[in-house]
Amino acid sequence: MSTTQFLFAGFGGQGILFAGKFAAYKGLIGEKQVSWLPSYGPEMRGGTASCSVIISDEPVGSPIVSKPDVLIAMNLPSLDRYESAVAVGGTIFVDSTLIDRKVERDDVAVYYVPATRLASDNGMPTLANMILMGNILKVMNDFDEESVTEALKKVVSAKHADMLDVNLKALKIGAEYKEEV
Amino acid sequence: MSEKVLMKGNEALAEAAIIAGCRHYFGYPITPQTEVAAYMAKRMPKIGGTFLQAESEIAAINMVYGVSSTGHRVMTSSSSPGISLKGEGLSYLAGSDLPALVINVQRGGPGLGGIQPSQSDYFQATKGGAHGDFHMIVLAPASVQEMADLTVKGFELADKYRMTSMVLADGTMGQMMEPVSLEYDIKPAPEKPWATTGTKMQREHNIINSLSLVPEELERLNIERYKRYDEVEKNEVMYEEYMMDDAEICIAAFGIAARVSKNAITEARRQGIKAGMIRPITLWPFPKAPFKKAAKSVKQFISVELSMGQMIEDVRLATECRVPVTLCNRVGGMIPSPEMVLEAIKEAAKNGGAR
Amino acid sequence: MVVFEKPHALTDVPMHYCPGCTHGIVHRLVAEVIDELGIEGKTVGIAPVGCSVMAYNYFNCDMIEAAHGRAPAVATGVKRAEPDNIVFTYQGDGDLASIGTAETVHSAARNENITVIFINNAIYGMTGGQMAPTSLPGQVTQTSPYGRDVKLCGYPVKVCEMLSQLDGPEYLERVAVNNVKNIKNAKKAIKKAFQNQIDGKGFSLVEVISSCPTNWGLTPQNALKWIDEKMIPYYPLGVYKDRSAAKEETK
Repeated sequence: MSTTQFLFAGFGGQGILFAGKFAAYKGLIGEKQVSWLPSYGPEMRGGTASCSVIISDEPVGSPIVSKPDVLIAMNLPSLDRYESAVAVGGTIFVDSTLIDRKVERDDVAVYYVPATRLASDNGMPTLANMILMGNILKVMNDFDEESVTEALKKVVSAKHADMLDVNLKALKIGAEYKEEV
Repeated sequence: MSEKVLMKGNEALAEAAIIAGCRHYFGYPITPQTEVAAYMAKRMPKIGGTFLQAESEIAAINMVYGVSSTGHRVMTSSSSPGISLKGEGLSYLAGSDLPALVINVQRGGPGLGGIQPSQSDYFQATKGGAHGDFHMIVLAPASVQEMADLTVKGFELADKYRMTSMVLADGTMGQMMEPVSLEYDIKPAPEKPWATTGTKMQREHNIINSLSLVPEELERLNIERYKRYDEVEKNEVMYEEYMMDDAEICIAAFGIAARVSKNAITEARRQGIKAGMIRPITLWPFPKAPFKKAAKSVKQFISVELSMGQMIEDVRLATECRVPVTLCNRVGGMIPSPEMVLEAIKEAAKNGGAR
Repeated sequence: MVVFEKPHALTDVPMHYCPGCTHGIVHRLVAEVIDELGIEGKTVGIAPVGCSVMAYNYFNCDMIEAAHGRAPAVATGVKRAEPDNIVFTYQGDGDLASIGTAETVHSAARNENITVIFINNAIYGMTGGQMAPTSLPGQVTQTSPYGRDVKLCGYPVKVCEMLSQLDGPEYLERVAVNNVKNIKNAKKAIKKAFQNQIDGKGFSLVEVISSCPTNWGLTPQNALKWIDEKMIPYYPLGVYKDRSAAKEETK
């Protein structure tokens, strides 16, 4: 019996909600109970965006994530705002291209992934979110190509089917990334 | 079982309405329910239905009144300030005994208020919401699946009792995504011999009307309508009991407040406090019986609400004030946290409640 | 030989209108048109709030009583759900040009395929003679006891002129029912407004300058004269918009 609460946070336009939706579908395909809750309203327009995703073995109670087990911070304001909220023993994923400071807490695991740089280096500037996502799945021991592809098919609309391959590639780049020591 | 898909509450609700046979939607943009309109705008033209962005909430509800007069299933959706504008139409629908489905994805008030989730339209929804003696059937979903299920149910009940059904959701329910299955066995709508679709020169003319200038007549109509409401109270109450078998502290909560409360109850149980919950699914008719019964064994009730304390009045009435009922609330778009509800439970346990 | 019959589209219910009120005439004209077009069986009428609130009792077709000013919205709902029905609203000046202005303007702008019969008698009749949006400058009413002062309460709303500025509506005409000639014209206009709907042409509104002897404080005869002397000069009769005719001309 386990429940994992994710909080994805960053700027509007970074694909925060999309990454969260992918994570939720990935859970659903794994026959878990899931919920996805975005922030909404004016703060969505150009400002910060965030979404709560819960993946659980049992029915999800509150869909609101206030003490994330996993924080995905894609910009500095998000890390500043949510770092202290992460559950003790939780994990923080940091887009280290856009966030130049280190996480101050020592009771959480931290992974620094230069997702935005990797995205532009690989000619996929809009997919830093999925690179980060690939790394998360790898770290959480949950990266298998079959279910990842299946989940992608759910979130990439039929209209943009040509984006499937590049999304998968982004996930793989993230999964294969090893932090430079 | 059909494959489950992830859908936003607002979209699941809209699709469920279409599945239920609704082909006419009228609305006016307002956060946080605009997805309903957007979804209908996309879907309705493809299935020969009507989507019309009305000039105002008032016009929208009166377009609903017009469609309903013809016997077709019809709906409108809005959020709190928009529902106030629709109040006139809600009263006329009741006075003319017309079925309709109205969605309120609540936001904080009063006035223009905010756009974050709220439950502060409970009084408005359950106690009338406009002039005159009338009720709406008020359904309170606590999951995306229920957003869809209660929409279908809402149409069925509206037709069955010639009433307005209101789905009273909140911003969270509208915006969140959860897995849903939209498989329904839709029963055909009942015959509507009262509908105004032309006499075809084969019957007396039908009149849809709420005017009655003779007091004795208007009194009779009101009394008859309330007999119908009695039937609804007898037959249509819905609620969920959660860990109530041995509960000594009982949470009363609906919608998002119930979801938060479940977390708190789980934690309270872990700490050895016998907490449970009665979650009204119909807010009108209010599930009086389970509360009355629980009042015999429960030591304290806690009404968890996103309002300054509205449903708490119904809890007190239903429990006949036999045991204390306290309030645990946040307002203005704030949502009580599981920790806050847990504190309230612990406080109740300390005050002679359960251990 | 029968020389005079009640139209079939009118019921036998005695009308409640005051002596000299022209609502009865307009009801009859609408009913005659419904008879002549053979559409009673598929017509749905929408009654307003105001003196003609109980019009639902007087027409033999299916009828709906709408909230004050909302008849065009209700008609929109009916017509969208049942496009084969012929849908008309019957509204007074308070209903159509004051509390229901938005519904009027927007149903016209959408060119809803409905027929609107608009009774303009420059007064609120049902509530006992208060100032209407169409009351004339200087007109004495219960709520403008010193005469309508345009500095305080603005100018009358000229509905046909206003709506004629919109691209939406198909047909707008102002008629009167204060003499035989005008009544004949009024019927022609009403018939056209229904025929337009049958032909799918869209929003047609006929504004009927009517009398209210009771609240004008005039005898029925003088009220008809007052229409000629005061009302028509301010509200000139005629066609304000006729899209199909205009198209014909440009051909």
